[in-house]
Amino acid sequence: MSIDLKTIKHISKLSRISVDEKKAEKLAGDLNSIFNFIEKLNELKTDNVEPLTSVAETTLKLRSDEVKSKNLRDQVIKNSPKENEDYFVVPKVIE
Amino acid sequence: MSEITKQSLSELVESIKSKKLSSSEVTKAFVERSEKSKELNAYITEDYANALNKAKKFDEKPNLDLKLPGIPMAVKDLFCTRDLRTTAGSKILNNFVPTYESTVTQNIWNEGAILMGKLNCDEFAMGSSNETSFFGNVQNPIDKNLVPGGSSGGSSSAVAAQLTPITIGTDTGGSIRQPASFTGTVGLKPTYGSCSRYGIVAFASSLDQAGPMAQNVKDCALLQEVISTYDEKDSTSIDFKRNDYSKELTKDIKGKKIGIPKEYRVDGMPKEIEDLWKKGIEYAKDCGAEIIDISLPHTNYALPTYYIVAPAEASSNLARYDGVKYGFRAEGENLIDMYEKTRSEGFGAEVQRRIMIGTYVLSSGYYDAYYLKAQKVRKLIKNDFDDAYEKVDAILTPSTPSSAFKIGEKTNDPVSMYLNDIFTVPVNLAGLPGISIPAGHDAKGYPLGLQIIGKAFDEQNILNIAYAMEEKINFKNNITDWWIK
Repeated sequence: MSIDLKTIKHISKLSRISVDEKKAEKLAGDLNSIFNFIEKLNELKTDNVEPLTSVAETTLKLRSDEVKSKNLRDQVIKNSPKENEDYFVVPKVIE
Repeated sequence: MSEITKQSLSELVESIKSKKLSSSEVTKAFVERSEKSKELNAYITEDYANALNKAKKFDEKPNLDLKLPGIPMAVKDLFCTRDLRTTAGSKILNNFVPTYESTVTQNIWNEGAILMGKLNCDEFAMGSSNETSFFGNVQNPIDKNLVPGGSSGGSSSAVAAQLTPITIGTDTGGSIRQPASFTGTVGLKPTYGSCSRYGIVAFASSLDQAGPMAQNVKDCALLQEVISTYDEKDSTSIDFKRNDYSKELTKDIKGKKIGIPKEYRVDGMPKEIEDLWKKGIEYAKDCGAEIIDISLPHTNYALPTYYIVAPAEASSNLARYDGVKYGFRAEGENLIDMYEKTRSEGFGAEVQRRIMIGTYVLSSGYYDAYYLKAQKVRKLIKNDFDDAYEKVDAILTPSTPSSAFKIGEKTNDPVSMYLNDIFTVPVNLAGLPGISIPAGHDAKGYPLGLQIIGKAFDEQNILNIAYAMEEKINFKNNITDWWIK
């Protein structure tokens, strides 16, 4: 299998990471060597194996549905790069 | 002053409890040594003035019943600390000041310890040499221009150089045990679910675990006792009966069955690692353990599995860094452009590479071939351990396939860097506890570690085995203070 520049551009779009030509070529090289390494898994037959989704063989605990922390607005907004009163500010989305 | 920093955590606790030393004296000694050790670059953020103030306050009204009374401690910069910048080694969190505290660090402060600062690490804990940190690489106190391992490289360097009596790291694929092995220190990765993940910057949620990094096994047991608690803020935290690990620590391991997995004898493994392993087997026998040959047949598939599962989870976890809610933002022409520039400028090369791998393996048309396949192989790897534990109580392996390497030696070849974690990754995939203890030196005089892997929730047993073997090994770290002028 080989990951071409078109695929890199596609993944970069899905990842929301901008990639120029030079970076795309470097990434294609790196990803190809990593995926060559990963391909080793195809040696194994796994048709009848249950996928492991959690190592802990416990069920999730239930809890009562009650508010435990409130009035955190200032804390939530404190680290935002740009805010206006109680809102996060982003570049204009709707004209 | 230097005598204070040479003491182990247990000795310092005893000195403070018996009023031979005050918290201020101890804190001042570690702050002064840290200040003289800037060349190691172990710290990202220093908080010395606050630490000295807290120590003074502690001494005014000392509570000597606590487990860590007035003990200064620096922690990996992946743990959120209220009101103190937490960067995860990334530009994207360069200005992030948490408004909340991680459960693990809160547990530590509740027992009387005092925060000295935040320690360097690979960006988002993605690396095996601390070279992916936005804040620069860290020096291994063992030798100049030697990596301290990673991702908890600032932590391993700081403990080995005695800038902090003890510390905590996180381990997703080996990030506590490999740096401990590279610096001649002890590092424990607990069972998945033992320590709360609340307030730890997430990398791969099904693998991440916090754990202690220490100068000896006893100190390690004491800190594990403090940090391991059930926490309802982490839905994967497990409510099991935890031991008083330090109090129950014993060197009596007579009759314990220790497995030696033949698949860990990998191609191209240096002879000195093989010799170290043989020596370890002899030490275990001397302690009264019974050695049994076992097989973990899917060992060779662990790294490829890890490099699907971990990046997949990372790509989801790191989607939150969008320049909107916190962290770095790059200006863009529109919203999408802002996202793309923020993430392109904010993340380093290794993090971008892993996000891309993760995004690809989860993308439409590839999910079954990669992610589902990896989850199935992960099951086979866990089954290997389950089968082995029918016959043995613990497993002994080398911690790493080599000693520490030079800064820059492996940065251009991601796969060769990934191979560092070949002995540690299977343990994370199976959710088991593992401890690395220093066990010898290579021809260059660099430390080498042995790993003891336990059954789930059986930390006490591997701590006991490590404690017994530590005495027989009688390891001495060769640290010359070369960085202090």
